[in-house]
Amino acid sequence: MAEFLQFLISGLTVGAVYALVAMGFTLIYNASGVVNFAQGEFVMLGGMVTVFVSAAGVPLPLAAVIAVVAAVVIGLLLHRLAIEPARGASAVTLIIITIGASILLRGIAAIVFDKQFHKLPGFTGEAPIDILGAAVQPQSFWVLGGTAVVVVALYVFLEHTLLGKAVLATAANRLAARLVGINTTTIMALAFGGSAAIGAIAGILVTPITLTNYDVGTLLALKGFAAAMLGGMGNPLGAVVGGLLLGLLEAFGAGYLSSTYKDAFAFLVILIVLFAAPQGLFGRRAVERV
Amino acid sequence: MGARLNQRFMILAILAVVIAVLPFLFPSSYYFRVASLVWVSALAAIGLNILMGQAGQVSLGHAAFFGIGAYAVAIGPTHLGIPPWAALLIGAALSAVLAYLVGRPILRLKGHYLAIATLGLGVLVALVISTESRWTGGPDGMPVERLTLFGWRVSGSYTWYWVTGALLLVGTWIALNLDETPTGRAFRALHDSEVAAQVVGVDVARFKLQAFVIAAVYASIAGSALAFMNGFINPDQAGFLHSVELVTIVVLGGLGSVVGSIIGAAVLVTLPQALTIFAEYEHLLLGLIIIVSMIFMRNGIVPSLSGLLLRRARS
Repeated sequence: MAEFLQFLISGLTVGAVYALVAMGFTLIYNASGVVNFAQGEFVMLGGMVTVFVSAAGVPLPLAAVIAVVAAVVIGLLLHRLAIEPARGASAVTLIIITIGASILLRGIAAIVFDKQFHKLPGFTGEAPIDILGAAVQPQSFWVLGGTAVVVVALYVFLEHTLLGKAVLATAANRLAARLVGINTTTIMALAFGGSAAIGAIAGILVTPITLTNYDVGTLLALKGFAAAMLGGMGNPLGAVVGGLLLGLLEAFGAGYLSSTYKDAFAFLVILIVLFAAPQGLFGRRAVERV
Repeated sequence: MGARLNQRFMILAILAVVIAVLPFLFPSSYYFRVASLVWVSALAAIGLNILMGQAGQVSLGHAAFFGIGAYAVAIGPTHLGIPPWAALLIGAALSAVLAYLVGRPILRLKGHYLAIATLGLGVLVALVISTESRWTGGPDGMPVERLTLFGWRVSGSYTWYWVTGALLLVGTWIALNLDETPTGRAFRALHDSEVAAQVVGVDVARFKLQAFVIAAVYASIAGSALAFMNGFINPDQAGFLHSVELVTIVVLGGLGSVVGSIIGAAVLVTLPQALTIFAEYEHLLLGLIIIVSMIFMRNGIVPSLSGLLLRRARS
């Protein structure tokens, strides 16, 4: 039981990070139709900037805010310099551009920061809490709580503010949104900035547990993408569920089956789900117009 | 038809002349090595272009097949005592079988779903390669025995320049011919509209699968050639980044253009080599090259240029 609980909590913690990455994917995908493979780099930036700014003597909360702002600026630049100029390009071309951007950001991070692994102190201490025999790091609660706050904030923003409704309208039909006077370019920029902020928050929350370096974004982006797919591309709720499911699968797979192939479970499951339900778990069936 | 036959012959002839003449311009064996790298990447890209450009299906995990070919010629002779040339054929056969088995369910998917499925396949193969270190040497890679053909030991940059050049010629010839067969026409019909192709009686699932298998075999043979040439192999060759490079070569050169794949390979392989003085900036530059070329050459180098020339010729 203690073992089960241990895997459950570590799975949910990792899953929460995947969920945040997947939500970032979904936000950008909905607003612009772009699958942003640089999403993992926002997570890396969140962690790395916080580490280096706080090492320079800035208090941790302020360093975290600086990191989020830095990620948002990079997200806006990514949209302005790489996505906007390629407007109208095919989906594959846009995917390659964002992959290029992720390689570029990783290269810059390796130079500006370094190639070492870095750690942040836990926000509220490091002493593990005992829950029914399972040792849980206090930071796990920060990750889960932080994710819940982001999910609720995003929900309120999308459903209860005019700007959020404009994002949803753009996602539903870009042309129609433009016709009713929504500036879709601004909405897209907003999506990139917002999604960068979500990624950076994920990076800051999880760095005390998983460490960070310039290279952590790649696998996170792939798994976040997998989580978004699992839930059905373009569905924010699906992204959260997909992320948590993926984290749980990994934790239980690593715990009970094989820890050397921990990273393989995510992709194995994706293949199986896509074979069985080609639109993801919560996706709508697409009908091709001829 | 006759004009097309002529054009195909011209492309092959020009390629043969380029391969034959380049060595006169090369000041050192380093250039032979870089050129061989271009030929190998071009071979893999031509195969991938049959899948992407002709059949219209994307693969973000194609380096997996490249890796299978490479590790087949590394593992076969070292661990199993298989002759190197036979290991190359076994690698190609394995890639074909894997592509066939996985392709059937994967190729039913469309767009982003197909992208993530092929990506997942690629990551899985790369993970197996870097984890099963007893066989593959793990993340550090493993040495590859030299290829011997009928007592002739194939080694050295010069020799491999010609071997890979010959392979590229054969690969180009097959790809160009494929374009004119009923299979090639079915591929193009798929690319234009799957529904329309199906309506006129093209067995969509079968032809997609064929294109996937052909592309896998191309990549596998290219991987084997690179492994023999380097005498060493590591898991990066099967990794995600390499898959991205292959896709970039295809799109940069031009979807559906065989010549484009060769030119795309030349650009993407030589540009980083030319910039090696900035070793520390390698990733930064690769990322920049990818972004800039996709923004400004989004239709591909060859289609953009030939479109320009056609317009000039008309006016």
